[in-house]
Amino acid sequence: MTTFMGQPHSEAIGYSFTQTASVPIKEHSFYPYTDNGGSTLGITGSDFAILAGDTRSVAGYNINSRYVPKVFKIGGDDETGDGAHILLSVVGFAADGQALKERLDAVVKMYKYQHGKSMSVGACAQRLSTILYQKRFFPYYVHAILAGLDEDGKGALYSYDPVGSYEREQCRAAGSAASLIMPFLDNQVNFKNQYIPGSGEGHALEPKRAEPLPRDTVERLVRDAFTSAVERHIEVGDGLQMMVITSAGIEEIYYPLKKD
Amino acid sequence: MNHFPEAWGRPRDDIYGPYNPSYLQTTGPKAYTQSPAVTGTSVVAVKFNGGVAIAADNLASYGSLSRFTDVKRLRKFGDTAVIGFSGDVSDMQYIDRLLDSIDIRENYSAHGNTLNAKNLHTYLSKVLYKRRSEFNPLWNHILVAGFDDNKKPFLSSADLLGTTFSAPHLATGFGAHLAIPILRRLFPEERPVEEISKDEAVTALRECIKVLWYRDARSLDKYSLAVITAQGIDIQEDQQVEAQSWAFAETIKGYGAQVN
Repeated sequence: MTTFMGQPHSEAIGYSFTQTASVPIKEHSFYPYTDNGGSTLGITGSDFAILAGDTRSVAGYNINSRYVPKVFKIGGDDETGDGAHILLSVVGFAADGQALKERLDAVVKMYKYQHGKSMSVGACAQRLSTILYQKRFFPYYVHAILAGLDEDGKGALYSYDPVGSYEREQCRAAGSAASLIMPFLDNQVNFKNQYIPGSGEGHALEPKRAEPLPRDTVERLVRDAFTSAVERHIEVGDGLQMMVITSAGIEEIYYPLKKD
Repeated sequence: MNHFPEAWGRPRDDIYGPYNPSYLQTTGPKAYTQSPAVTGTSVVAVKFNGGVAIAADNLASYGSLSRFTDVKRLRKFGDTAVIGFSGDVSDMQYIDRLLDSIDIRENYSAHGNTLNAKNLHTYLSKVLYKRRSEFNPLWNHILVAGFDDNKKPFLSSADLLGTTFSAPHLATGFGAHLAIPILRRLFPEERPVEEISKDEAVTALRECIKVLWYRDARSLDKYSLAVITAQGIDIQEDQQVEAQSWAFAETIKGYGAQVN
């Protein structure tokens, strides 16, 4: 006796319609991520913000290309990004970074069409967090940094983890050389471990207060941070792409780095 | 005679015993491609003054078996672009079919635009990225050669993860290790693409294919070469590696450690 379409029938001969044996769950061997290396860095000032990233793209020990930008203009009027007022840098898995950038760009553009005004950096920052968190269980494997000018015209910088936790900061380094650059920034931008000479005895020294730095100082810090990172990290090099956002617009600066 | 067509052709349980359906996996995750089967090896390409040259051998391997020795891995799209495929051959054929349908649709459309290599690369990278995001990758690494919107030579790469990058010369697979150093020596970065002639580019690619034939075990001395210029696409699919030098082989005895 066998069954046909779930119903028993009286054919004398049996045929195997039903499948009973279960198979152990197979493991996926395809890994959907890769690390394309590189580093990014953002610093704000009183009336500007700088986002920078090296332009090398790697896969393991291979260099894919010496010029793959990691810093993008968001919400521009056309392909070139003219008219944009927000910057985004992404480092980690480049394909996710590209997808994330395109999604945020579309959101900022749609906001303008629907509301008739540009999206504020604060709003864009919250939206980016939401986009990242929406993919909480299959994350965009990137460390994003968002930069722009806030409502008071001050430099604004937001940094993210791959699942959307974010925070506004004065400066942030991300990517493969973040651990090399960040302590340098702590010391040179936030003046950590710097004290006013002769302000007290022993450990009672008064810490040096952090103040917004002028633009030329910040640009020099960025260049120094990257030239140093190139020396000590194999995934960083080739070129430095810097984007400076001020009330006058966005300025792009390219500075060659060592290609070894 | 059994009256249920579903039973026709099935082994009778009374003769053969119940059929063991365990290999027909019905439980657990749906299995997608977790590794490629029949594969093509490297694709190499280089930009020159007024165009792009691209080459790939005509071999499709099944593991270490040279399975198909007349497979064209350079595919034309209209008369504007050439796509070079490495990786899974069945996925290549699927993508090729996809591109053919797009080409037909575009040719019947009324807008009169033609898709250039840049458009095509954007499209293909999105197809690849979508499929990797579904955990069902198209197991290919492709190079797209042609022209961009400004009629300038265009060469870019996309892989099974959706990662994209561009450079004056590119190579996939083994070629990334063996061909890139040759191309970099012939066409250093300081040398602008405008100084590289078509003949120089073609000769360089032939040299790369030869080196790959010498050292890549999954390669062939029959290859295809395409040259894309403003005049159109010149594709030759029956090239042979000329002037091979196996003289060194005479002196090799045993497995290296053996002296005489």
